[in-house]
Amino acid sequence: MYILASPQASNFVADVDRAFIFILAVSFFFLIGLTAVMIYFIFKYNRKRHPKAVQIKGSNWLEFTWTIIPTILVLIMFYYGWAGWKPMKTAPDDSFEITVVGRMWNFTFEYDNGRRTDTLFVPKDQPVKLNLRSMDVIHSVYIPAFRVKEDVVPGSEKFMWFTPTNEGIYELFCTEYCGLQHSYMYNWVKVMPQEDFNKWYTDTTQQVASAEVTSPAAAGKRIMTNIGCFACHSIDGSKIIGPSFKGIYGHEVTVKTDGSERTVTVDDEYIKRSIYEPGADVVDGFNQGLMQSYRGQLSDDDIAKITEYLKTLQ
Amino acid sequence: MQTSSKIPTDVSYLEYKGKHKGLKAWIFSTDHKRIGLLYLYSMMTLFLVGVVLGLAMKFELIAPGKTIMEAKDYNAVFTVHGVIMIFMIVIPGLPAVFGNFMLPIMIGAKDVAFPKLNLLSWWVYIAGAFLVITSVLFGDGSPDTGWTFYAPYSFKTGANMLPAIFGAFVLGFSSILTGLNFIVTMHRMRAPGMTWTKMPLFPWSLYGTAWIQLLATPIVGITLVLVALERIFGIGVFDPALGGDPILYQHLFWIYSHPAVYVMILPAMGAISEIIPTFSQKHIFGYKVLVVSTLAIAFVGYFVWGHHMFTSGMSGTAQYTFSILTFLVAIPSAIKVFNWISTMYKGSINVQTPFYWAASFIFVFLIGGLSGLVVGALATNVYLHDTAFVVGHFHFIVFGGVGFSFFAAIHYWFPKMFGRMYDTTWANIGWLIFTIGFLALYSPMFYLGMQGMPRRYYDYMEEFHAANILSTLGSWVMTLGLIIVIINLFRSAKNGPIAEANPWNGKTLEWTVPSPPPLENFDEIPEYKEHDGPYEYQ
Repeated sequence: MYILASPQASNFVADVDRAFIFILAVSFFFLIGLTAVMIYFIFKYNRKRHPKAVQIKGSNWLEFTWTIIPTILVLIMFYYGWAGWKPMKTAPDDSFEITVVGRMWNFTFEYDNGRRTDTLFVPKDQPVKLNLRSMDVIHSVYIPAFRVKEDVVPGSEKFMWFTPTNEGIYELFCTEYCGLQHSYMYNWVKVMPQEDFNKWYTDTTQQVASAEVTSPAAAGKRIMTNIGCFACHSIDGSKIIGPSFKGIYGHEVTVKTDGSERTVTVDDEYIKRSIYEPGADVVDGFNQGLMQSYRGQLSDDDIAKITEYLKTLQ
Repeated sequence: MQTSSKIPTDVSYLEYKGKHKGLKAWIFSTDHKRIGLLYLYSMMTLFLVGVVLGLAMKFELIAPGKTIMEAKDYNAVFTVHGVIMIFMIVIPGLPAVFGNFMLPIMIGAKDVAFPKLNLLSWWVYIAGAFLVITSVLFGDGSPDTGWTFYAPYSFKTGANMLPAIFGAFVLGFSSILTGLNFIVTMHRMRAPGMTWTKMPLFPWSLYGTAWIQLLATPIVGITLVLVALERIFGIGVFDPALGGDPILYQHLFWIYSHPAVYVMILPAMGAISEIIPTFSQKHIFGYKVLVVSTLAIAFVGYFVWGHHMFTSGMSGTAQYTFSILTFLVAIPSAIKVFNWISTMYKGSINVQTPFYWAASFIFVFLIGGLSGLVVGALATNVYLHDTAFVVGHFHFIVFGGVGFSFFAAIHYWFPKMFGRMYDTTWANIGWLIFTIGFLALYSPMFYLGMQGMPRRYYDYMEEFHAANILSTLGSWVMTLGLIIVIINLFRSAKNGPIAEANPWNGKTLEWTVPSPPPLENFDEIPEYKEHDGPYEYQ
């Protein structure tokens, strides 16, 4: 039985697991050994069997020995830890780059050719570099099967990289606590053979096929699902983090604008402003500052489709 | 110093009648022993609140999906659990209770150096606890930031950051006052003939701790000022939306909060260093090495905070420096374990309740410490950071280490503190149930973390289910043990058989005074002759 997450699917696995095995082996040896010695002493030198203690105040020789041996062992542990970690810090120049955008509470993956997905598709045996961007708070990308993890920090540009070595579908978790739906912020990584990946990546027909929509409203819903709107806004009238979308279009809402209350009608203009400048008009009863601007993420065309979808939620 | 004729020495500190009566005789008492008990009772109350919150969390996690509460409530529960347990239990910890009660007696003094300051530190503690709890409960949003209050999330949720950090600072101030008091007491008030190398190990551990309290707590003050600048004047310090750096917040937070962990484990080790020689009836093995290792842990422990941040994006140099320092701090801890076990060698071991707790302390502390090596190495840390493994490691050290030592200490010093003995059968049953429950509760977390389950998870995938069930069952067993232990102690404090002055044949000075001790401890200040010492068994 292997005690780590059983899939072993990246170039880092061997070195990371070597560090694990060495440290765990030494730890179990000392845990079992010291506990056994202690229990043996407790029985053997119980006062019933050993009524008179022999006073021993110490031994320089022993102290020296049990300082040196643990020092050597922990330095070896440090070395294995360092050796397994060092290559994670430098991505090869020929890495295939993907941008990961984290937001409360989902990740999206953006490819150079404009594809945007909620599953991370990567080619097997090709170094992949993930550029990590956060829209709001700190998140963390964790792929146990690859043995990698890196925080996604707003306002800074960090990266992680790996070479997937096995085809399959693996878990990707957010491991930095980020609020209400933190435990639902997980995605999947799909490792494909290079050939299949290239086909997926360049196949525009498939792109059309995957965007199989009959109306702008359906397209709007897909955009909103991908970008994670429904984590905070329900479509059934229940209150989550932000106002529900149910019946919102065409109705009046009370908002706070620069601290003063006013009433506005939810129309195309208002929806666009709420997406680009979420802090401008905050609906009464909700907190300012939780939602980030989606300027640059959503085009005017996307917003038009979203608006069409909202109209259907009466 | 002459004994004041007004202070009767045949009346114990519990029965002594001063100018106040009833509750006031306690909350305005400057007697270090009464202050120790004030801390004991206030911490016990808060601890039980923390335990109930912990139970609620474990119950929620018995199955995937919703069990008893919504995600929002779960996040609030783990936040308040952490805040109470860390800032109100762990940080005052053993020094506030047993340090206050035992330190002056163990070094042959009538009280601490500044008794009024000592009382003030309890009041400051109560004020700080009140501030933190109200700030957590009365924010704009629910308190769902975790006890670490990481920026920028904590700024976005409407949590009361400023009052919460102010409360942490006030609590820290209470630690500073206690620490200062202890340092001066140990420098100035040791009994004649008690040189530094004859001071018992529990006071030594308090000495190391006191310096950490004194030097680390001001960092909270600095953080407070920076958060205030940002919140009130809009200067970007931590919030990236204002141009600040959230990683700076993590550094400042851990520069204080990591040494805070040593504030609690050092006195726990100190108490074990008293209990093992007493029940082995043998001189402690390697006294000087234990003193040096205490000071080494206190010193090096100050420079390892970065190991909480290996995935935060620090520079590579910072990462391996913090990793190697973390490994170095493990060495003095290992040396302590070797010396404790060697103390048992050729002893005459009297296996009593405090010894059960102390021996099981060594076992759980080994697990906690060794699992610390797993998260101390870089490659393995990257895999395990922010998973359930860290929660397991942390609870084995903080609750295993401190909890087992605390219960060892209270069963050891109970007859001295209350003048009565507890029921040993029930005490041993309580210990056994508690230990089994403890292992069942926290061991599965190691497995879950190895399988990749992130921490602070309200819901989880089916693959993590089985181990979570075991953990929840463990929490019930452990709580049963805890209830038995606490009820037994409470009943015995009132109705237990009268205890002797020295029931365990201990050699430190607290066993030379009556149980419970009189108000000013000693009739006559004791004196160490050339061959006297705290561990001179025959």
